[in-house]
Amino acid sequence: MSMTAYINARLIDPASGLDTKGTLITEGEVIKAFGADVKAPGGASVVDCKGRILCPGFIDMRAHRVDAEAALKGGVTTVILQPDQTTVIDTDAVVERIRRRSEDSETVNVFPMGTATRGMQGSQIAEIGQMMQSGAVGFTDCRTPVSDSQVMRRLLEYSGHFDALIVQFAEDRSLASGAMAHEGEIATRLGLSGVPAAAEVIQIERDCRLAELTDARIHFALISSREGVDAIRAAKKRGVRATCSVAPHYLHLNDNALEGYRTFAKVRPPLRSEEDRLALIAGLADGTIDTLVSDHDPKSADVKRLPFGQAAEGVVGFETMLPLALAPVHAGKLELMTLLRALTSTPADLLRLPMGRLKEGAQADLVIFDPDKPWRISQDDLVSSARNMPFDTLPVQGQVWQTVVAGKALYSAA
Amino acid sequence: MSTQSTGPAPYPRAEVSPPSGELFPHKHLLGIWGLDPTAIKHLLDTADGYAEQNRQAKKSTDKCEGLTQINLFFENSTRTLMSFEIAGKRLGMEVTSMSTGTSSIKKGETLLDTAATLNAMRPDVLVMRHADSGAVKLLSEKMECAVINAGDGRSEHPTQALLDALTIRRRKGRIHGQTIVISGDVAHSRVARSNIYLLNAMGARVRLVAPSTLLPKDVDRLGVEICHRMDEGLEGADVVMMLRLQQERMQGAFLPSLREYYQFWGLTHEKLKYAKDDVLVMHPGPMNRGVEISSDVADDLDRSAIEEQVEMGVAVRMACLDILTRGLRAEDGQ
Repeated sequence: MSMTAYINARLIDPASGLDTKGTLITEGEVIKAFGADVKAPGGASVVDCKGRILCPGFIDMRAHRVDAEAALKGGVTTVILQPDQTTVIDTDAVVERIRRRSEDSETVNVFPMGTATRGMQGSQIAEIGQMMQSGAVGFTDCRTPVSDSQVMRRLLEYSGHFDALIVQFAEDRSLASGAMAHEGEIATRLGLSGVPAAAEVIQIERDCRLAELTDARIHFALISSREGVDAIRAAKKRGVRATCSVAPHYLHLNDNALEGYRTFAKVRPPLRSEEDRLALIAGLADGTIDTLVSDHDPKSADVKRLPFGQAAEGVVGFETMLPLALAPVHAGKLELMTLLRALTSTPADLLRLPMGRLKEGAQADLVIFDPDKPWRISQDDLVSSARNMPFDTLPVQGQVWQTVVAGKALYSAA
Repeated sequence: MSTQSTGPAPYPRAEVSPPSGELFPHKHLLGIWGLDPTAIKHLLDTADGYAEQNRQAKKSTDKCEGLTQINLFFENSTRTLMSFEIAGKRLGMEVTSMSTGTSSIKKGETLLDTAATLNAMRPDVLVMRHADSGAVKLLSEKMECAVINAGDGRSEHPTQALLDALTIRRRKGRIHGQTIVISGDVAHSRVARSNIYLLNAMGARVRLVAPSTLLPKDVDRLGVEICHRMDEGLEGADVVMMLRLQQERMQGAFLPSLREYYQFWGLTHEKLKYAKDDVLVMHPGPMNRGVEISSDVADDLDRSAIEEQVEMGVAVRMACLDILTRGLRAEDGQ
């Protein structure tokens, strides 16, 4: 079998804390050896990493489209597909079809999440066990929170039989009804209806109580506020098995981005205040926030170029995830190792996936990136299926150089 | 003489022209936010002239002869639409109006497609009202002609704020230093927002008086005082602007009942005692008598400026149409 030696790499394995200069060797689809003293064997093709970081490929726990080319360009080797597809993922048949397509093709790994309730209606528990057997790795109603407390309680109780991860969208529905922005000065001036951070906290606190009651695992899909981070921190301290994610745009922007009614900055939960943004970075740095997700959601101009209230929510996120998340690292507010853990081993552990680690014999899903390389994000350079993102022309640092899935380099920077 | 096939576009693409000594260096009138006091004063001064002209027997001029004005209203309105129509006609423009009922937006056409269609008809001014905040700005980005915002969602209604300011200036002599109370449903009001920006820019002291369910979050950061009681709020007021209360607000649990609202926040002569003796009472209309204002206050000729507001509305809109088409007329060799 063909061997490849990645030499002169800065090898980082967030799970074990390894951070050393060295070589990694793949044979066929798996990692054969890695370390400071490993030498490239004769006959192996050699890839000179020139000091770039080589770490496990990123596992993106929240994407609404597979968009493989964009994922690979962003260093993502495993995409966790949300169930809000044209055919809603709420049966084992749909899960199986997605898994089979992923296994049969030479591209990113795709694992779907199933719905938590049937048809995301919030009333009847979905067939969690069967979907899990077919390869679903988590269960969520996407942007529809499970509002009924009794349903949520039973859902959590039942999920325990399968050690399934329930992912909740932290938003009180009635408080958020009709909202387009964070409730505050900007929304007031622009005349947009807002949702207060309290909507997030209320949902988090209720579900943490239910997780405590049922001794189940609960994951909050996207945290957007300081109060939300505080609520999770307090719950974890009490011993609740609660975890949460954040997306890079919440670390990078506050609600000032809505100025001029820019619908590319319309996301849900909404971008909040500067205070919230800083609290999210601090939460990721101290481990309160467990994972970083792209929330990749391509939306065409047809649904974005509308008056703010009518425009669709969502941004494309794969290609900008790493450079945006590296900004707080460069600013000295976030450890590189912590960031990489949130992109690799932590999501793998939560989803019970074998990926996200440098391990001999494990599938060689790798990303090689230059953490310092300066470049400018450009809408025209995106390979995503749409271009909805508020970061056009933004100067950033850090770029993916090569993405390897199952031993094959599927993306290489020009 | 048309030079459009070879010459530059009649308007610059940028919303704000480079410094040129122009008193109103803007292509559109999308809101009061972003206008400096000089520009506001220029609009008011020009409108003042038209107010006098409108009281003459011959009210019309041919100043804007040959220009086309389209009024595009995606939300029902009678008085604002009519005011813009009269203003355009008095300047000699060709005026066409289109309301929601007859527009193709109901057939699923997007706003930007509408913009392209209208562009092709080559209007010189577009006056637009829409139920969504920011919709007029979005459309203006695609229009080649000047766009006037006649009210967008909860965002802005600049000509209303200008006519209110003109009324105050004519009755009180100045805006600077006046204590002006805005009372009612501020949360859902574009009139309140435009007035807050304008009155602040001109140096007035603005106080909002309303139950907290009708005040948007962090509104104090816009540079206003907040009061929840009418007696405290009206203390020392030179002007009281009442806002229309939408009946739907009862459904959203903003208020328990109209009766209760009237008792605590409705403007009556009794509550007006807390204001200055020569207080000016204003209302953008249409009024809900017995809800936000009592009939005897509304009809009090000494204090109520409500009819004068309507009169100034035409003058202000003439001024806006005049100023925004000036560049165009100059290019035609005037």
